[in-house]
Amino acid sequence: MDNAQLLISGLANGCVYGLIALGFVLIYKATEAVNFAQGDFMMLGAFVTIGLTNTEYMGLPFWLALPVSLGIMGALGYLLDRLIIRRLFGESQTAVVILTIALGFVIRFIAGLIWGHEPQTLQNPLAGKEVRMGGLVLGMEDVAIIIVTVLLTWSLYVFFSRTKLGLAMQGASQNQLAAYYMGIPVRRVQGWVWALAGGVAGIAGILFAAKGAVDPTTGLLGIKAFAAAVIGGFGSLPGALAGGLIVGVVEPFASRYIAAGYSQVAPYALLLAVLIFRPNGLFSQVRVKKV
Amino acid sequence: MRIVFKTDYMQDIRPWKDGFQLRLYLLLLFVVAAAPFALDDFYLGELTNVLIWAIAGLGLMILTGHTGQVSLGHAAFLAFGCYANVALIEAGVPFLVAFPLAGILTGIAGVTVAVPALRLHGIYLAIFTMALSILMDDIIVLSEPITGGVAGKYIGGFDIFGLTVDRWGTPDLFYWLVLYVTVLVTLGYINLLRAPLGRSFIAVRDSEVSAQAMGIDIARTKMISFALSCAVTGWAGALMGLFAGAFNNETFSVLISIQLLMMIVIGGLGSIHGAFLGAIVIGFLPQFLSISKEYVGAIFGGNTVAIPGLEFGIFGMILIGFILFEPMGIYGRWLKIRTWFELFPFYRKDMFKRQKSYLKTERLR
Amino acid sequence: MSLLEFENVTLKFGGLTAVDNLSFEVQQGEVFAIVGPNGAGKSTVFNLISRFYDPFSGSIRFDGHDLLQAKPSGVAAFGVARTFQNIELFEHATVLQNLLVGRHRHRKTNLISELLFTPAVRRQELENREKVEQIIDFLDLQAYRDKLISGLPYGVRKVVEVARALATDPKLLLLDEPASGLSVEETTDMRWWIDDIRRQMGITVLMVEHDMGLVSGVSDRVLAMADGAKLALGPPADVQSHPAVIEAYLGKAS
Repeated sequence: MDNAQLLISGLANGCVYGLIALGFVLIYKATEAVNFAQGDFMMLGAFVTIGLTNTEYMGLPFWLALPVSLGIMGALGYLLDRLIIRRLFGESQTAVVILTIALGFVIRFIAGLIWGHEPQTLQNPLAGKEVRMGGLVLGMEDVAIIIVTVLLTWSLYVFFSRTKLGLAMQGASQNQLAAYYMGIPVRRVQGWVWALAGGVAGIAGILFAAKGAVDPTTGLLGIKAFAAAVIGGFGSLPGALAGGLIVGVVEPFASRYIAAGYSQVAPYALLLAVLIFRPNGLFSQVRVKKV
Repeated sequence: MRIVFKTDYMQDIRPWKDGFQLRLYLLLLFVVAAAPFALDDFYLGELTNVLIWAIAGLGLMILTGHTGQVSLGHAAFLAFGCYANVALIEAGVPFLVAFPLAGILTGIAGVTVAVPALRLHGIYLAIFTMALSILMDDIIVLSEPITGGVAGKYIGGFDIFGLTVDRWGTPDLFYWLVLYVTVLVTLGYINLLRAPLGRSFIAVRDSEVSAQAMGIDIARTKMISFALSCAVTGWAGALMGLFAGAFNNETFSVLISIQLLMMIVIGGLGSIHGAFLGAIVIGFLPQFLSISKEYVGAIFGGNTVAIPGLEFGIFGMILIGFILFEPMGIYGRWLKIRTWFELFPFYRKDMFKRQKSYLKTERLR
Repeated sequence: MSLLEFENVTLKFGGLTAVDNLSFEVQQGEVFAIVGPNGAGKSTVFNLISRFYDPFSGSIRFDGHDLLQAKPSGVAAFGVARTFQNIELFEHATVLQNLLVGRHRHRKTNLISELLFTPAVRRQELENREKVEQIIDFLDLQAYRDKLISGLPYGVRKVVEVARALATDPKLLLLDEPASGLSVEETTDMRWWIDDIRRQMGITVLMVEHDMGLVSGVSDRVLAMADGAKLALGPPADVQSHPAVIEAYLGKAS
């Protein structure tokens, strides 16, 4: 029973990692860039929603604030691409990596200036409610997180594999020049992907803030989510979720069955193991360069 | 404009272009070496710090700037060098043996890490090294008997030829020691770049397939690059430990790794100058910020309390500016300015323009 | 005497047979061309020689050595140098540095002596430089010596790649589409250079090329391939008029 409880809370945590990882993978799939600031995006999404709903700030009703903050996050993602990332078109992956790491620092700094450095929680209608299943006591937030994550991953997966725009996004990343020739507006498509990633980060932030407290350094969680994305094999959306869940579940079990400190270590140890034995992740898509 | 007419192959093999350039650098060395006579202890300490960061930058530059392998985990090797050095000194090994040995041990550790990392490319290598850097924190805590764990370690002065070198007691001696190491590493680096090995690093960076076709063993070359890079980083770490005097598992966090990488990007990837210029930015930014904060505070009458994350925030903005407008870093900008003056008025804007290539995936599906 | 020998070499990628039971010999001192429509497996032959792929079956011998025993980086040591279809130069290095990398297989110094830049290293560098300078003279690259590759026009890059291959002092030079993307004048230059490489330097040349003018002008023998298999082998005129070759290029007359 105890293990089941651990499993559920691990899964809920894992879903948050999975959602951030989803953002990484989205951007990687469509632009072949890696956004190291995705975790900070999530933190920003959480703070934007807190700023809109919490009574000490604007105090808007939760269900009104929700779409507004997602819209803001999407717009931020789009603007980021429009103003900064797009200028790096054709530069190396490394340049984008370093740029987004720097961006993360800036976002953390700005969030600290606006909302301060005290941990804050999102006031939401689900807070404090519980669901009882058999002998298990589940927080409403945990249940909501799991449901939302699964739904979101599934719909994104369908979007990328079935719809025309989704396929265009994939095509745009794999061979930019060829995609141009095929009439795909590569740049515009990339803008939409960044907007989408912003929105996903917003959802992750809201779920995270509903469950626990956020402060500007919460964004560093992104590193763990990053490990999740790699374990899942960077190019795959369900893989990202799977990676997130693995990391989420491994953490509480490691601290319970090995030693308390190991919940921090376990995800990275797992990451190293995956990279050593399956260098391209569990669901790999990389091949050797052709000459 | 200064035109150097070449009449001898040695003119290309020598590290300096002509006598004028040689004299310029010797003068610079002289001025830097004389710094303890002109500066007070605080600024001498700052300068020492800059030099140590420059050594660390040179270490990472070998791997990232010249071999093209991005590492987000070099703080792990700083830590390794630092602890190795202190552990050896505590075991009674004289500094003149312990210090070189610390670097060599770090180089060996680097090779051990390189073996699994060889199969990883680009972003995956960056992630691998970053995870390593994060884990280093816990490794230090776990190996408490050597490292002192969370409580950390303290180190005071040490003896070289009967002279006691202490960061606080004799800052000028410590400064000269750091300067000496800096000069040695830089000279080695210069020699490397004009020899076949350095060229093979560049070849691996720019095109692995054709490097292979030219007879360069990719795995071996990367391994040597890792070894050299980590050894130099280890020395920097050892000096950092001596400079700080006290350190524990959190001293060499992953943030230091990131800072180090950002430093060489700002300075200019793929050049020795870049490591130094980046180190100057890193070293003096905090001073600059605190001075300008007081200045701003005086004007607006506001308070001068510390703003958390300010340093990294400003640093991030500087970096974004560089990546957008000057991807070749400060050194790249300097080259442009110099060329502008040399060719005046014939400088063209597109002289340094790089061809932008369309991105092609390396993914299968 | 045959320098390079392919014997019943087969290479498969999954279900696709890229090279199908291919046998041919390149004689010492000749210019040997491989022609064929796109996807015929010409570049794959080069990549097999460079050891980027392991053949499924068969043997490749070079100058008395079993090439299949060598590592990809060991092929150059036997005296095989190559160029690439899509130019693989070291972009952020100068022309001179690129050519000096070509001398890498003659490196006799080690890490320590290079870090100290001992007189032995200096002597070796002077020697390398002299060799490289001969090639720069040979291919008229003097004007570009200290230029970065990333700023060079396409035609010059093509020549630099040939120069870099020559700097390795090869016995066999593999040219992967040396004339593709070149202007008519540049192609003519390339033709004379290939001729000189064979005559003055005594280097055997194996090339893949689409430009039939260049192929028939410079090569002694031609191998025509389609779908990974040999169609015809012989002097250029014979191969060009071979019915199977015409069919592969133009389709069956109906």
